[in-house]
Amino acid sequence: MRAEAAFATTRAEGRAALVGYLPAGFPTLADSIKAVDIMIDHGADLIELGLPYSDPVMDGPAIQRAADQALAAGFRTRQVFEVTEAVAGRVPILVMTYWNLVERYGVDRFARDFKAAGGAGLITPDLIPDEAGEWIAASDEHDLDRVFLVAPSSTEERIASTVAACRGFVYAQSVMGVTGARAATSAAAPELVRRTRAHTDLPVGVGLGVRSGDQAAEIAAYGDAVIVGSAIVNCYLDSEDVPAGHQRLAALTADLAAGVRR
Amino acid sequence: MPNPDAGGHWGEFGGRFVPEALIAALDELEAAHTAALADPAFMSELDALGREYGNLPSPLYLAERLSEEAGVEVWLKREDLNHTGAHKIRNVLGQALLTRRMGKTRIIAETGAGQHGVASATAAAYFGLECTVYMGEEDTRRQALNVARMRLLGAEVVPVTTGSRTLKDAMNEALREWVASVEHTHYLIGSVGGPHPFPMLVRDYCRGIGDEARAQFLERTGALPDVVAACVGGGSNAMGIFTAFLDDASVKLYGFEAGGDGYGTGRHAATITAGQIGVLHGARTFVLQDEDGQTIESHSISAGLDYPGVGPEHAHLAASGRAAYEPVDDAEAMAALEKLARTEGIICAIESAHGLAGALRLAKSLEPGARVLVNLSGRGDKDMGNVVEYFDFADRKGQQG
Repeated sequence: MRAEAAFATTRAEGRAALVGYLPAGFPTLADSIKAVDIMIDHGADLIELGLPYSDPVMDGPAIQRAADQALAAGFRTRQVFEVTEAVAGRVPILVMTYWNLVERYGVDRFARDFKAAGGAGLITPDLIPDEAGEWIAASDEHDLDRVFLVAPSSTEERIASTVAACRGFVYAQSVMGVTGARAATSAAAPELVRRTRAHTDLPVGVGLGVRSGDQAAEIAAYGDAVIVGSAIVNCYLDSEDVPAGHQRLAALTADLAAGVRR
Repeated sequence: MPNPDAGGHWGEFGGRFVPEALIAALDELEAAHTAALADPAFMSELDALGREYGNLPSPLYLAERLSEEAGVEVWLKREDLNHTGAHKIRNVLGQALLTRRMGKTRIIAETGAGQHGVASATAAAYFGLECTVYMGEEDTRRQALNVARMRLLGAEVVPVTTGSRTLKDAMNEALREWVASVEHTHYLIGSVGGPHPFPMLVRDYCRGIGDEARAQFLERTGALPDVVAACVGGGSNAMGIFTAFLDDASVKLYGFEAGGDGYGTGRHAATITAGQIGVLHGARTFVLQDEDGQTIESHSISAGLDYPGVGPEHAHLAASGRAAYEPVDDAEAMAALEKLARTEGIICAIESAHGLAGALRLAKSLEPGARVLVNLSGRGDKDMGNVVEYFDFADRKGQQG
């Protein structure tokens, strides 16, 4: 299932999509599968599985800690395909990954194995289209979405060339900074979405900083998708045990899902 | 000048593997740097700063007693005599001047042992810039004296508590901070790594080492050296001395990486020797990594070489065969450090001792009287704690030496 399937539904319903992010293998391999099911059960329209990496320069403390925990427990790249296979079918599953892990696995081999597991595509935070020749070829070959990022600092030319390389949706990094839940979302986000729309009909997802249904509703007013990561990870980091984390995640997802439906 | 392509690639190495949010700043930096190099006023200010403040050009010195023992002529480029004690002053003065030219008011830097942090804090003090230095928490404990130096110079030192709490994590944190502050802050990177244009830019500010040495060598001997040797961590001192000689086909270039406990033990920082291509800190290069591409921690007695990546231009020079790279382990480096101290009265940095040790090993296979130029990239004051521990020099109770 590709991203456009989810956006066809949300557009028909006249609302934004809710995208939930969780590192695969966090809080444990089995519980990351369970967590994704919880998110889907409570209204997530797309899922982003993070691939834990030793040097995540885009991520703030919460996602760093989650990735460290998964790696310390022995998480291997290939296990992201197990998680994908276990949760695929109900909503599109994308993997968000730093580029070295894909390059190391083999770009075409990664695309093939991810497609076979039922994956929709990749979000690549440290890969710009200028460096993505091999990935563009592999994603064409295996019919996968490819989501690149635009940022408030992007020039018009770069927004145009970046969205031209995207398939599925465009990821608008709404604040200049790393991932992490923030009390207030960025004022730069609506402007960035407006500038991005001038260059593409693809849905524009807005990420970085969302932690509540109210914030989700705010972003849903101008974005096509609300992307939530650190707040989801915090459900587990802030809980005494995994079952408590699952409960928090269910409540948070329901709140966010209500937010995008306001 | 052997510049990379427009995207910052030397062959398959280099490039920009960073968030889109940083691309505009990297473009701005590249344009500013290119314009600065072509601006006689900028270059003459940098030159005067180097001479009057940095103690440049550094001398070229024929180490006669060491040469006798080695059986070849050993010439030392005395970067250890520069202000702040290493070649790094060249990089920070260039980038700080560029920071001012770009109208930015703050610099951030990463540091391992603290040498680049001290150099950055020095340049920030000179230019009246704000300065924040990211340093792994482990390293702040091991290098408390350098933390004190940075703070005395007015810099804020931020201990990094993520990952392995060493240099690579300090770099991660500097990159994270830069994304959030890029409008008014320059990331004063410490080596020839990172996304384009950093590897080119740092090389350009360090290449005076080789430009000076080549002219000094011709003037003193009427010829070029047979071999140029340097230690390689990220590789700024080595690129600094190699660049002037790249087109001199008769000059063999050798980079010596940290072999740590011994290359065969797996505990080392010999990134090029290990030969795995990957992406780290914004560039495609050789990376110490596991089967999945997760970065492996490096090991070396020398904090300045203890890094799991290497500058992409070195990766290219290795792949193209223009330069050769070999590991030198802790024991060889410390033996060379001691030999230099006892034959020449020079205590060099442990980093530089790797380059010297490699050159002395190489000397055994050279014609007698061959001329070897070694970049003595830094002085050893900062390493005395390690030296005391390694050679067991400290007086111990009940044992008179």
